[in-house]
Amino acid sequence: MPNIKELEDLTTQVRRDILRMVHKVNSGHPGGSLGCAEFFVSLYKEIMDRNDHFDMDGKGEDLFFLSNGHISPVYYSVLARSGYFSVDELNTFRLLDSRLQGHPTTHEGLPGIRIASGSLGQGMSVAIGAAQAKKLNNDNHLVYSLHGDGELQEGQNWEAIMYASAKKVDNLISTIDLNGQQIDGSTDDVLPMGSIKGKFEAFGWTVVDIEEGNNIEAVLKGMAEAKSLAGKGKPICVLLKTVMGNGIDFMMHTHAWHGKAPNDEQLAIGLAQNAETLGDY
Amino acid sequence: MKTYTYTDKKDTRSGFGAGLAELGRTNPNVVALCADLIGSLKMNEFIDENPERFFQIGIAEANMMGIAAGLTIGGKIPFTGTFANFSTGRVYDQIRQSIAYSGKNVKICASHAGLTLGEDGATHQILEDIGLMKMLPGMVVINPCDYNQTKAATIAIADYDGPVYLRFGRPSVPIFTPADQKFEIGKAIKFTEGSDVTIVATGHLVWEALEASKALHEAGISAEVINIHTIKPLDEEAILASIEKTGCIVTAEEHNHLGGLGESVARVLAQHRPTPQEFVATNDTFGESGTPAQLMDKYGLNSDAIQKAVKTVLKRK
Repeated sequence: MPNIKELEDLTTQVRRDILRMVHKVNSGHPGGSLGCAEFFVSLYKEIMDRNDHFDMDGKGEDLFFLSNGHISPVYYSVLARSGYFSVDELNTFRLLDSRLQGHPTTHEGLPGIRIASGSLGQGMSVAIGAAQAKKLNNDNHLVYSLHGDGELQEGQNWEAIMYASAKKVDNLISTIDLNGQQIDGSTDDVLPMGSIKGKFEAFGWTVVDIEEGNNIEAVLKGMAEAKSLAGKGKPICVLLKTVMGNGIDFMMHTHAWHGKAPNDEQLAIGLAQNAETLGDY
Repeated sequence: MKTYTYTDKKDTRSGFGAGLAELGRTNPNVVALCADLIGSLKMNEFIDENPERFFQIGIAEANMMGIAAGLTIGGKIPFTGTFANFSTGRVYDQIRQSIAYSGKNVKICASHAGLTLGEDGATHQILEDIGLMKMLPGMVVINPCDYNQTKAATIAIADYDGPVYLRFGRPSVPIFTPADQKFEIGKAIKFTEGSDVTIVATGHLVWEALEASKALHEAGISAEVINIHTIKPLDEEAILASIEKTGCIVTAEEHNHLGGLGESVARVLAQHRPTPQEFVATNDTFGESGTPAQLMDKYGLNSDAIQKAVKTVLKRK
């Protein structure tokens, strides 16, 4: 049984990492990062079967692909706190000569990253390819991916969504971060997408809802259910309902903090709401 | 003067198909993807022999490039197949981020490049693809000249670890390179020795350059014909060694003069040894419908055009 308290403590520390990283360089994307902290912690600490040593091919282990690469702060924090590289390196986020580029990349050789992302809409295709390579290699491990809800406005996703069910890519679990926000406003204001669940189901996917995407226990339960549905002939979509900016009260429920860093005062308020648990980097 | 003849003509895309089929038998990591153009790309033999290693993507080239990138994670060597237009311009950002910047071992195999696609017209006749692809950091760009060279290039790129753009064409063209050749990425091939002018050609224009050199020889002009099958990385040494001797150069390609082989050569000359150069290439234009021969004539991409360019450049020496 997972220790929920430990996972919650880690999530709190990850929130502090995110805030401190974007504050230091006065840039980056805290809103979506904070909303997905519970998801990343659950995935890397409980859900995925990972090898200790990172290698690009990832044979014999589960893989994860981040399609909405702008939420790199949460990705880097959780990768570092899962042992892929030293947490001290979080200090270099977005600095010259850093492996922690603004958007994730393989180019600088950062362990844990298997594809560059940032230009939206490409990650699901990549995850499908990796999932099909696993099948060719008789590797029964799973491939996970994460996508923004606004990101679904990119057409390539729908090519991928159509393909994955047609080709029965049933070792793929793609999660959509349903925070209802994008840069210019709410997704309903910018480009209403109707029922995302209905669309995935119409395209032949099995859909799992996680209504409380910022509740560790709910995320663990939903992802365990998604895992149990793998290997049954259909790709699996997890609709993860989250709150953008979760855990920092003035950042919540707004798109304002999509790509904006807190100032000194705002950082202090945010950190006060999330006490240090595992030690700052 | 060494002259070249041919007994058979074949399309370079069939050279790709034959090379891919051979890879299917010799390299278990090679996989192939196609976006609804199996017959046009001559991929049937590979598919018949290795159905489990073939991925029919449907008409979704962006998805194909992403899936190819993903397949490399797990050790596969993906060869994507579609027309050159849909292999480059249509999917530029997918190639840029998921393949080139990510350093993925994907082979982008592009048929029906240039005007010789023929009657389908300008929507399908890309003349900008070499430029698009050579600008991507780390991308190797190869444009072989006949069936045998295309087959050899297809086999060779499987052993190179990194992204490659392989460009070939639709029409039947003379086969004049050896069937048993070893293809060396980035290594120019000198077809004829000459002393008056260097002709550097790629793709379908290599045969035209050889034809031109025959006619020029009869007119008392000694042309050195060099085949640049790899536009990036460019064999700068071979080009510079030749112009040291001849003092002028004509570049010939089935591509826009902006961004093509000619510009790559001009950069080398400007940096190392400024030399008169003429360009046999399209002049910042789209193509149109017509037979391949009609189009190559109208847009000045044949032996006649090369001879004319040689006479012009000789006057500038």
